[in-house]
Amino acid sequence: MQIIHTDLLTIGAGLAGERCAIEVAGAGFSVVCLSLVPARRSHSVAAQGGMQAALGNAIMGDGDSPDVHFLDTVKGSDWGADQEVARMFVEAAPIEMRRLAHWGVPWNRVVAGTHTYWKGGKPFDATEKAENHGLIHSRAFGGTAKWRTCYASDGAGHAVLYTMDNRAAQLGVTVHDRSEAVSLIHDGETCHGAIVRCLRTGELRAYLARATLIASGGYGRIYRASTNAIICEGTGLSLALDTGVAKLGNMEAVQFHPTGTVPTDILVTEGCRGDGGTLLDRDEYRFMPDYEPDKAELASRDVVSRRMIEHMRTGKGVQSPYGEHLWLDIRHLGEQHIRTKLREVDEICQNFLGIDPLHQLIPVRPTQHYSMGGVRTDKTGAAYGLKGLFSAGESACWDLHGFNRLGGNSLAETVVAGGIVGRNIAEFLQGYDTAFSTAHVREAATRDEARIGRIVSGADGKESVYAVREAMYDILERAAYVFRNGKDLTWGVQALQEVHERAQHIGLASDGVGANAELALAIRMPGMVRLALCVCHGALMRTESRGSHTREDFPERNDRDWLNRTLASWRPGADLPHLDYEPATSYVELPPGDRGYGGGKIIPAAS
Amino acid sequence: MQRSLTFNIFRHNPQDPASVPHMDTYRLDETDSMTLFIALHRLREEQDPSLKFDFCCRAGVCGSCAMVINGRPGLACHTKTRDLPATITLLPLPVFKLVGDLAVDTGTWFRAMYQRTESWIHTRAEFEPAAQEARMENEVANAIYELDRCIECGCCVAACGTANLRPDFLAPAGFIRVARFAADPRDERTDADFYEIIGSDEGIFGCMGLLACEDVCPKHLPLQNQLGYLRRKMGLTVLKKLLPFGG
Repeated sequence: MQIIHTDLLTIGAGLAGERCAIEVAGAGFSVVCLSLVPARRSHSVAAQGGMQAALGNAIMGDGDSPDVHFLDTVKGSDWGADQEVARMFVEAAPIEMRRLAHWGVPWNRVVAGTHTYWKGGKPFDATEKAENHGLIHSRAFGGTAKWRTCYASDGAGHAVLYTMDNRAAQLGVTVHDRSEAVSLIHDGETCHGAIVRCLRTGELRAYLARATLIASGGYGRIYRASTNAIICEGTGLSLALDTGVAKLGNMEAVQFHPTGTVPTDILVTEGCRGDGGTLLDRDEYRFMPDYEPDKAELASRDVVSRRMIEHMRTGKGVQSPYGEHLWLDIRHLGEQHIRTKLREVDEICQNFLGIDPLHQLIPVRPTQHYSMGGVRTDKTGAAYGLKGLFSAGESACWDLHGFNRLGGNSLAETVVAGGIVGRNIAEFLQGYDTAFSTAHVREAATRDEARIGRIVSGADGKESVYAVREAMYDILERAAYVFRNGKDLTWGVQALQEVHERAQHIGLASDGVGANAELALAIRMPGMVRLALCVCHGALMRTESRGSHTREDFPERNDRDWLNRTLASWRPGADLPHLDYEPATSYVELPPGDRGYGGGKIIPAAS
Repeated sequence: MQRSLTFNIFRHNPQDPASVPHMDTYRLDETDSMTLFIALHRLREEQDPSLKFDFCCRAGVCGSCAMVINGRPGLACHTKTRDLPATITLLPLPVFKLVGDLAVDTGTWFRAMYQRTESWIHTRAEFEPAAQEARMENEVANAIYELDRCIECGCCVAACGTANLRPDFLAPAGFIRVARFAADPRDERTDADFYEIIGSDEGIFGCMGLLACEDVCPKHLPLQNQLGYLRRKMGLTVLKKLLPFGG
């Protein structure tokens, strides 16, 4: 078996992974990034909106500062965030945006003079200052007090990822694409790298590294309906969980977006509703005012998602070959508005759904969108439990977002956290020596080879990997979706345990030779079910509603008992994650209070 | 009325010595809003789990799923079956190395391209964390973005006559990359520097002008315009080199 040595092994080559890699390579160390796909196809590329940073150049961002960004972020997190991390993040974000400009990102720039902008479907005029002409511009996003989101037209993720990958290439960072880590090499105390499967040939390789970074993105694809790229299956997280010593934080914190399209779950912007679009049921009846008389469709993301599910549960959903959904109606906004102000929505409808939103309704349903949970790290990015293991970006629970992430903070986190964690890794590598044991490598490789061999030969059974995955989808959809309750979650945990058992008996229907997708999924599948169990079990135990986690049977946010973070670990041979808890933040700059939106009662912390 | 679709799909597994390239036929009932993304996944999950093809974002932004669809390179994710006849023939992109069936190795090709074009900003300026960003006209930023939108799907390369004939051809995706940096005031490279990269038959002068690249580009990038622009610019660069008063 081929063995590759490097200082830093990065599992994932999206924005967080490459930003770390650049920092470490820039300090003179060797770096290898693994990527399931060519690095530029990473899910980071799909982010359209932009990155929050308090530059305050735009007139609507006048008076902005890291302090205001901090308040928005901690409120948005429903006080689940680590405030020390949030503080570091907001201070570093403006510098990182400028650095990206230096590296080549074509950020939109301020043009002095009076311009017409849009807010809530209405135009208004504002005058940009002459002294800010040519500086980085920003746009509005939900939940922020100022216009703070730096953007590059409609493709911020694309522009930043391409620039980042250029920079990585310039510094000699090696990317091994079509490569998937299947387990971490470790001795229970120190991480030594990973066993990796080549997705071209199916061969296993060992990567020995002094430091290993998990930057593999979210786990959205444990759900059937997700806006995530289809590679976001949480494999990096399950590698960490499978060590038995690393821990995952707040896995029950999963964000849903009200308007994922059906069938392929591509997001259509909140702007549709902001501009006056309405939600209709199977009778083409507008139901939102019945639930939310004041705000109707303009209630917050989580509230609208909840109401949609509630309404579908009354039998008013539209049946389709792709499951139940509702309608988004923007027809009344007119041709001029749809073809210009909502051009992106128009294109998604025409290109992917084959419908014309001028004359037809858009099929939508609440859809998994973002994973707040991830590999629990300290503020330096070091994973709990294993020396030499780090995590950054959506795969990490660093923890910037707590129980709800603000728009524009995820893309910014990848780059800002990548920079901070990268510098910490470079510092860690200075003068750090470790010994690689060939026995550990051999054990890990032999174990993985044997497991793969048993899947291919069907030695453990003939369960279909696709059937197992469908069963997991069904359970999560009922038990751990937008709404959760004790009864469904209790059932969900038990049902997932059965699915986990089935996942041990997967056998292939194909030969598994070469770039075989059935085998790749079969290797991942038990780990995905374990992640689903972390979500479901964590949600069952958390008897409160906070951010995106909504318990029908516990509607209050309970700061008295639950101002904390769930930590999940998986002990060898267990059929359920072991949960423990730590305070949400040890540093308190902003004491828990009302978010100012979303409503809900709060049980205050005992003083 | 619901159609029954017939898919003729190229099959070959280069990792299996016994595999012989051939076409397989599958049938599937069409559903509303069906795209090739949906159809291919259904075929793999319901009929033939050995089927190999690539998707990632499934939303037209990552470029993974380019293939030859009824003779024309395109993205499978936003190709709707209802826009195709009931018989659909799918082949892998030419030029790129075959991974298996419809999956090709674009990553290696594009990595070589961006090493060759040195696809990064060449500047002597150091980044100063405490300083305000260098100013840029918004029009310039937008112009760069328009050239930066290539998703490296490989459709233009597959449709390019020269790229199909000579493996060392930089191809339209390479030229638009050079154009992107030539348009960026932050990049200090001169026309003479760019000439070193593209001023040859493997570069800009190898184009036969068949125009297919721009026809198949899913992002509608101005590939031919930029090629014409670079050619004129490179022509002038040669002229300047030849003339005694040139730079």
